[in-house]
Amino acid sequence: MESESERVEITISSRFENIELVQVIAEHLCETAGLDDDGSHWIGMAVREGVANAIKHGNKLDVRKKVYAIFDLKGAQLAIVISDEGEGFDPANVSDPLNPQNLMKTSGRGIFYMRTFMDKVDYTFTPAGGTQLVMTKNLTHKSDSVNP
Amino acid sequence: MKTSTRTVDGVEIINLQGKITIGSGDSQLRDIIGDCLKDGKTKILLDMKGVTTIDSSGIGELVGSFTTATNRGGKLKLLHLPAKVTDLLQVTQLITVFEVYEDEQEALKSF
Repeated sequence: MESESERVEITISSRFENIELVQVIAEHLCETAGLDDDGSHWIGMAVREGVANAIKHGNKLDVRKKVYAIFDLKGAQLAIVISDEGEGFDPANVSDPLNPQNLMKTSGRGIFYMRTFMDKVDYTFTPAGGTQLVMTKNLTHKSDSVNP
Repeated sequence: MKTSTRTVDGVEIINLQGKITIGSGDSQLRDIIGDCLKDGKTKILLDMKGVTTIDSSGIGELVGSFTTATNRGGKLKLLHLPAKVTDLLQVTQLITVFEVYEDEQEALKSF
């Protein structure tokens, strides 16, 4: 694992086709830091879910609104911040997809997947509006499969 | 996502290739399943071997397609599930919902 620090920022408009741009950066950064393919894939997946939520639920597909992603790699510690320009939401209202009542729902698994793939997932809300998602992962934590 | 369909022993085998992700493939999957059911083709086998990426929206569409098929008296089963798709179904406990097969003949016999 390299000990150098790396910071990458990208701003995208709220289009689903831009999700992959951010995902690719995440995976490339992880691979550069020495993480294996599977580990990089799952972090990329968490990023994909975070950006998709920002575009769909945050900015409500308004292409004039932006999604900002910052990747901060310090040693083995990766911090990812994804921000939108929406109106925010109450994380407490997000239902548990493992609850039998929710098992067959067609939505509501994105945050669960992020929490599964990352060490820590937090949301903050600015007074001016917008949601900020902060996810962290220690890249020395090997993940051969989807182990929280 | 690219798809191709063939009928074997009265079962619609739908070959899915590429991404089933938000805005790309998720609604396409819903439409394909809907068209099959509308045409009275109620035995559906989704061959997932060529699926390269799936996200929570794609997983949601799989669940929705399964429910739609079941509610219309049909059956939807999965074939050749890639490891990463299996992982996503496992952590959300959906793997118990779907019938999953590795062998096409075995899958066909199960209908």
